[in-house]
Amino acid sequence: MIISIASGKGGTGKTLVATSLALSLQNERPVQFLDCDVEEPNAHIFLKPLLSHKQAVSVPVPHIDEKKCTYCGKCAEVCAYNAIAVIKKKVLIFPELCHGCGACSYLCPEGAISEISKEIGILEMGQSAGIEFVHGRLTIGEAMVPPIIREVKRHINQERLAIIDVSPGTSCPVVEAVKDSDFCLLVTEPTPFGLNDLVLTIDMLHRLGIPCGVVINRDGVGNSNVEEYCYKESIPILLRIPLDIEIAKLYSRGIALVEGLPQWMGAFLRLYNDIELLASGYTLQS
Amino acid sequence: MKEVVVLSGKGGTGKTSIIASFAALAKSKVMVDCDVDAADLYLLLQPITQERHEFWSGQVAFIDEEKCTQCGLCQDVCRFDAIENFKVDPISCEGCSFCYNVCPEEAITTKENLSGCWFVSETHYGPLVHARLGVAQENSGKLVAAVRQEAKLIAQRQGLDYIISDGPPGIGCPVISSLSGADLAVIVTEPTLSGMHDMDRVIGVCHHFTIPVMVCINKCDLNEDNSHQIESYCHLQGIEVASKIPFDNIVTEALVQGLPVVEYCDNSVSQQIKRLWESISRLLVSKKEAK
Repeated sequence: MIISIASGKGGTGKTLVATSLALSLQNERPVQFLDCDVEEPNAHIFLKPLLSHKQAVSVPVPHIDEKKCTYCGKCAEVCAYNAIAVIKKKVLIFPELCHGCGACSYLCPEGAISEISKEIGILEMGQSAGIEFVHGRLTIGEAMVPPIIREVKRHINQERLAIIDVSPGTSCPVVEAVKDSDFCLLVTEPTPFGLNDLVLTIDMLHRLGIPCGVVINRDGVGNSNVEEYCYKESIPILLRIPLDIEIAKLYSRGIALVEGLPQWMGAFLRLYNDIELLASGYTLQS
Repeated sequence: MKEVVVLSGKGGTGKTSIIASFAALAKSKVMVDCDVDAADLYLLLQPITQERHEFWSGQVAFIDEEKCTQCGLCQDVCRFDAIENFKVDPISCEGCSFCYNVCPEEAITTKENLSGCWFVSETHYGPLVHARLGVAQENSGKLVAAVRQEAKLIAQRQGLDYIISDGPPGIGCPVISSLSGADLAVIVTEPTLSGMHDMDRVIGVCHHFTIPVMVCINKCDLNEDNSHQIESYCHLQGIEVASKIPFDNIVTEALVQGLPVVEYCDNSVSQQIKRLWESISRLLVSKKEAK
């Protein structure tokens, strides 16, 4: 099974929940943790994996053989991203705009375009006790995120329960990370910001056909609008974590919730059981 | 006219709450919400929409079943796994048009993609430019560029002193788009290991694009050791820590009431936000005079 943990709003507690879920389950079944928040990966702070393997993530960008090029401009014409410009006898390439689709190279009538690798980030893999760990990290200054997420997900181990930590938002990096999940757990907070972004994220998951449930973090602050929205839309609320300065302090020190407060482990095991039922199409007894 | 962008790296450090207070404190400015993916600033500024613009970006491919001979060439060339059973998945399609260019039956067309919309609104605090990126759309930074461009035009037309931008989380395309040409990046961080890790990366992006940086430590009393570490880090890098805001639930109370913190109460949180704004405007004025 693949469970992704998303939120919409940043800072609601995705990594807190994802890492505690993984740690709670590691003795029950083989677990794999994939941190797909490749712009700002944080899970390694809490899981402290022993990293054993590193590989570069590259995207193909065009390279022009000026000896073969006739400056016909076909490449610039087919490029949907304005990543190639042909001006008189000069071809300009803007690799930061290139999506690596390969159209220019395939369609060049002179065979003058090859593809070279441009490194945009790295993948690191390792082990954190029983948990297999993978994360991606975008190189600072690079803009292209989805290819790194795709590369992280290529390492999903089908023999294990995969838990995917997702970045905030609802746009393409989030879609890339949650796509093909069996279930998406949404971590929110009971505030107007939390509700606003939760509604957008649920819309996204409905379009992708991924069942979801909610964790309300910092329960007790704000107002009850998130709760009311979930009841109205029949989105199950699977866990509540109260606003608690002790939990916040543990988080600040990079200590996972279930490691600092092991009494929470039971709640995360129950959370997993509920997710399993919901992902299989059952509804929960309220 | 000077532009300040508020970023964080990590989400949830308090950018939007602080920016809403800047709206109340700064006299001559236009506000911009560059977090087009999950725009929240409007919840605190109560905007009245004056203009709505559609934002068209990129394309989506479509296969005409009647012309398709199911040769499979489109599926072979598509690098984004967007074509299955000779149908294009519009969510996975990145609009590269490779399939359109190779289809031997000309069975594929591409349609312009309505990616989102952006708004010019009036608020009690002045003009606000904000946007809504469509769900599951590519957040390429173009919509960020569009709202910033409009904000510049408004600032020029109305002779406003500042453009104040609520930046997106992360360090990718939308952040880079929100930073280019800005006069100052204010990084709102929190004294957690995650916050510090992410702050370092977003400061790296600012340095990469040579944008001056200032730091604010929000929820500073959550972990005093980490706050000190942030101060040491900034000192070593020559970055000013302009303000340290203590944790206080009053920020959430103000949010629920739909008010900027500095209008809701006058406590140490408000005072530190005012101090931050004073440091920002002092730096930007000195930049103006230096020219």
